[in-house]
Amino acid sequence: MKSTLFNMTAVLFGITLISSAGVGVVNMITVEPIAAAKQAATTAALTEVLPAFDETTTEELTIDEMPIVVYTATKGGAVAGYAVQTMTKQGFSGVVRLMVGFTPEGEVVNVNVLEQSETPGLGTKMTEEGNPLLKSIQGQRLEDKQLVDGRLAVRKDGGDVDALTAATISSRAYVDAINRAWMAYKSVATGAAPADVASGASQTAQPAAAPADTEVTDAADNKEPEVQKGGQNE
Amino acid sequence: MNKLKIILSGIVKNNPTFVLVLGMCPTLGTTTSAANGMGMGLATTAVLIMSNLVISLIKNLIPDKVRIPAFIVVIASFVTIIQMLMEAFVPTLYASLGVFIPLIVVNCIILGRAEAFASKNSPFDSMLDGVGIGIGFTLSLTVIGAVREILGSGAIFGMNLGISNYMPLVFILAPGGFLTLGYLMVLFNKLVKK
Repeated sequence: MKSTLFNMTAVLFGITLISSAGVGVVNMITVEPIAAAKQAATTAALTEVLPAFDETTTEELTIDEMPIVVYTATKGGAVAGYAVQTMTKQGFSGVVRLMVGFTPEGEVVNVNVLEQSETPGLGTKMTEEGNPLLKSIQGQRLEDKQLVDGRLAVRKDGGDVDALTAATISSRAYVDAINRAWMAYKSVATGAAPADVASGASQTAQPAAAPADTEVTDAADNKEPEVQKGGQNE
Repeated sequence: MNKLKIILSGIVKNNPTFVLVLGMCPTLGTTTSAANGMGMGLATTAVLIMSNLVISLIKNLIPDKVRIPAFIVVIASFVTIIQMLMEAFVPTLYASLGVFIPLIVVNCIILGRAEAFASKNSPFDSMLDGVGIGIGFTLSLTVIGAVREILGSGAIFGMNLGISNYMPLVFILAPGGFLTLGYLMVLFNKLVKK
């Protein structure tokens, strides 16, 4: 068809109008199933990482500019445990989201990987049951682990969390997300602000340390180029 | 044109990956495992069939100078619709493919077939072309993904073959993707040209 200013404008307008109407209709149809599917996924993750519970209350926090959600689970009025939906941006390819369950005493019950896009066969091992990362912390109080500046760390960084073979960056990301979950758990369980928890934790390991928050971020930034030069995978 | 021939041509003679060499970005990006490659192929097939059909239906209404923007709007709408449907009804598949779905918009196979086939042929033939090219793309991605998964992580469709500790990791990473693609392309063309 010959192009004129009028028919070009009219056709493009018509197509965009119809397309957006179509997308709108599908959105209206799918908005409820999508919300239901997300809710079901959250509930499934909660039951997997927590002891038996009746109901949960939700609290939303922001740590390091990332949204963290703490679910306080109660059974018969008493606190049964805390589940923290945490995340990190330090994954090998994109964001890693975890659901971490704590008992009221602070023991890690279980960890569920909600979302990750790590390399198949390497970083994806973090989703398998009984992987070294999970084994290193499951059923233990994080305070009792060997901390570096008040935070958990993989063996390569001076901590005692076993990393996944050939997936050091994915393992660091996992540990980073766990640390953030731990901060959120403490702030909800004890009522302290997240930043205070971080610096408080750093004092137990190293009394003179500056607030752990900034320090650890800097350290992580400095390490990354080295890792790549060293020919590390993941 | 023979209907079956249209489908077969998409799988062999006009195989999008090994012969047309289109859509290399999603090909290399998603074939780290057989399942991912297959999922990407199937999602692309769905978009391709729908967009080929619609573009063929409206081809006579579109002025030549704005045909590319018009095609892109149609394709982008279908991708968005498929993304929302997958998120609503197959959330597990969506979770494993989520980041690659929006990439279908910029997959040049879809625009390429819209321009080369759908804008010149009848709606039904265009749909068949979508089916053929889609199957060709899905098979290619599944094969590349399977080869990379076996060589790189010693597994197939996520099933561990018990040899994962002895396999060269490089096949999971980008260089292995290029190597696998190159050798499979040679093999495919050698077999087909005979």
